[in-house]
Amino acid sequence: MAREIGEVILDLRNISLRFGGVKALTDISFDVRDHEIRAIIGPNGAGKSSMLNVINGVYRPQEGEIIFHGEHRRDMDTHEASAAGIARTFQNIALFKGMSVLDNLMTGRNLKIKTNFLQQALWWGPAQREEIEHRKKVEEVIDFLEIEHIRKTPVGRLPYGLQKRVELGRALAAEPKMLLLDEPMAGMNVEEKQDMCRFVLDVNDQFGTTIVLIEHDMGVVMDISDRVVVLDYGKKIGDGTPDEVKNNPEVISAYLGTQH
Amino acid sequence: MAVTPSGESLDTFPRLLMHHARVRGARPAMREKDLGIWQTWSWSQVAEETQAFASGLAQLGFLRGDRLAIIGDNRPHLYGSMLSAQMLGGIPVPMYQDAVAAEMLFVLQDAGIHIAFVEDQEQVDKLLEIKDQCPELLHIVYDDPRGLNHYTQPFLHSFDEIVAAGRIRNQNQPEFIAAEIAQGRTDDVSVMLYTSGTTGKPKGVCQSHHAFIASARGGAEFDGLRDTDDILSYLPMAWVGDHLFSIAQAIYAGFTVNCPESGDTVLTDLREIGPTYYFAPPRVFENMLTQVMIRMEDAGAIKRGMFHYFMDVAKRCGAEILDGKPVSASDRLLYALGNLLVYGPLRNVLGMTRIRVAYTAGAAIGPDLCRFYRSIGINLKQLYGQTETCAYVGLQPDREIKFDSVGKPAPGVEIKIADNGEILVKGPMLLTEYYKRPDATAESINADGYFMTGDAGFLDHDGHLKIIDRAKDVGKLSGGAMFAPNYIENKLKFFQYIKEAVCFGHDRDMVCAFINIDMGAVGNWAERRNIAYSGYTDLACKPAVLELIGDCVAKVNAELAAEELTADTQIHRFLVLHKELDPDDDELTRTRKVRRGFIADKYAVLVEALYTGKPTQFIETEVKFEDGRRGKVAADLVIRDVPTYDAQGKRAA
Repeated sequence: MAREIGEVILDLRNISLRFGGVKALTDISFDVRDHEIRAIIGPNGAGKSSMLNVINGVYRPQEGEIIFHGEHRRDMDTHEASAAGIARTFQNIALFKGMSVLDNLMTGRNLKIKTNFLQQALWWGPAQREEIEHRKKVEEVIDFLEIEHIRKTPVGRLPYGLQKRVELGRALAAEPKMLLLDEPMAGMNVEEKQDMCRFVLDVNDQFGTTIVLIEHDMGVVMDISDRVVVLDYGKKIGDGTPDEVKNNPEVISAYLGTQH
Repeated sequence: MAVTPSGESLDTFPRLLMHHARVRGARPAMREKDLGIWQTWSWSQVAEETQAFASGLAQLGFLRGDRLAIIGDNRPHLYGSMLSAQMLGGIPVPMYQDAVAAEMLFVLQDAGIHIAFVEDQEQVDKLLEIKDQCPELLHIVYDDPRGLNHYTQPFLHSFDEIVAAGRIRNQNQPEFIAAEIAQGRTDDVSVMLYTSGTTGKPKGVCQSHHAFIASARGGAEFDGLRDTDDILSYLPMAWVGDHLFSIAQAIYAGFTVNCPESGDTVLTDLREIGPTYYFAPPRVFENMLTQVMIRMEDAGAIKRGMFHYFMDVAKRCGAEILDGKPVSASDRLLYALGNLLVYGPLRNVLGMTRIRVAYTAGAAIGPDLCRFYRSIGINLKQLYGQTETCAYVGLQPDREIKFDSVGKPAPGVEIKIADNGEILVKGPMLLTEYYKRPDATAESINADGYFMTGDAGFLDHDGHLKIIDRAKDVGKLSGGAMFAPNYIENKLKFFQYIKEAVCFGHDRDMVCAFINIDMGAVGNWAERRNIAYSGYTDLACKPAVLELIGDCVAKVNAELAAEELTADTQIHRFLVLHKELDPDDDELTRTRKVRRGFIADKYAVLVEALYTGKPTQFIETEVKFEDGRRGKVAADLVIRDVPTYDAQGKRAA
């Protein structure tokens, strides 16, 4: 592989997140390096999605520090996060069901649009040129994900597996530096999973995008990730390469149960 | 042969291409939808790029007579590469892109491929898988670089790299390609197309420039093709029909070849391009019709009423108007109104607004289907031919359409019917040889120079060719009449209620048939009549259903009676089978062809009952279910007699 993993670009230090008395995350630290595929795994309710939500600013942790590209901050702001090149997909698909695939992908370009509302309403001069530029980018994503045949289909009419692909497409349309995927393969059949794996690997490989993903399918995680962090009841119980994690006794007991 | 004003004869495809680049250089030669937008290559661009690629190939060591494997979907670069190979006196060998690696191995070895030009990573991976078994394969060139930047094999080259190298060479040696083209002769092999190999190993059919140009010219003049025509090319490049339409005819007549964005977008692309010239196998036309009918059922009552009213008008007079036959003034007026309200919009939805000529071939097309398209003003015709005859033997002339014929002999083609009913053909379109198979070549062409098609058929009173069956399947009744089971079965299967049919009659005194009803169509029919049924077997045994099928069989008999050759092979008795014929029970092949011999043995008791005149017969059969379990199906089958007719259509019995 020509791909080289670079410096740490995101460092999470001693993150704790509480909802009232419920401790979602307790004192969690881990880092993400440039260009790597980083998986977060753990049983249900371990705090995986909460972790992603901390990274892109949906939740504000009560304690801890986030260092992103050398900048220290207490919490992320969703706008800052996306402006800084962090895009994500959701566990429950969050697309505009009544809009076509193309239009959904165009919303992914939202932050990159420079012309103002009036210019766009008139669709004249710079606005027109700009839209053509954005459309071109979106078409590249369509080509990349092989969804040409559903370009004009309303998303609500598509099967689940394709909707997941479209959601990945919308995230890609933003040309992210870091992509957060929340269970991209949940509910898919084997063939759809294979396709999705290939797309995730291709994104990482061809665009150099750093990927943080949550996934339940252990086969997938072990196959495609460079490093894995394991959470259980809001605590970190393992961190390392897939092989290291697989042989970690604490991880084994969390997943398979232990004899007490 | 066409000759340019300067006296050069246009007798090879590269010469034709250079001619188009000179006389219509700015006109579009090819289009491809890329990133959602149709990109156009003009004739002069195609000429420049194919020359550059040719020089690049020469740089890789491609020599006169070498074969270039071409594997991928219909793409302009892949089409262009055929001409590049031909410029150097080489032979393009297009291969089926969806074949697995092991299937490609045989062709690669048989054709002795040194250089392969493939579409993308998928095809590169397949070739890498088998490269060790093809020591002769020296270079692989790919068109789409996606996913291939980590491949470091020195024998892998990108299209861009080869074209760039070729451009430099063409600058330094501007006369090189022109000299190579000048060396080409019209009798050189222009392409090798592998037969599908349903019987034995695939054979490489070598066709010359002369053969394909003659076929292209015949077809182009027959249908008045010109440089403003547009075709959508989406069928495999390895198939002879695509080579005839998208290469031979396009380069002869100079029209535009449009490549769809992907296999899944063909119907959208069809609407966007609006081709004037179109080819599709019968099942594509069938699917489109089904789609239309399903969508009409969901339409509002007014629209639905209007649709059905005008479709009745079209059924009555549409095909006749297209054929230029006399039609009453009131029908003409109604048809014109229907054209405005229904047929025109319908053609538009199908992407067929601009179609002047549409062809279908490859399987029998139902007369109702053919009639539907013709009646809404689409000039759908049938053609007939083989790989060995450049797909150019029979063509239906405009205004002389018979739904059950494949047309008249194409211009320049001579057809003879052998004593056993086999169709023999002779003309400029015949193959040069089977590659490295002189034995097979000798077997297929008889002493008088006729190619033996292996199909049985006859020429009717008006000189139209009718195909009845594969020659080896044709038998004889004990009375001596020729018995073509497939022909009769196809006629039966054209009824929507009949899914499968198996006819018996060889060495017997009359024809009898097994029939499988179509569960969907008959089930629907039964529901509308409040006939309750529990499953296939129950439905198949209902007297009303037998009545329905009996009517269909009687109609087939009336058709058979009208034709002298088939009048004696009317169906006398039939039964509806108690179970559906199934590939899992070995009754059908995987491609859903009936295995007549196997069925005759398995259901020997039923065959016996048909011929001994019994009114009913009990049968019990073991079946395999999808989950692997086995069970038994049993029924008392009723055997029915069917009326037969004489030539005037009067009931004979």
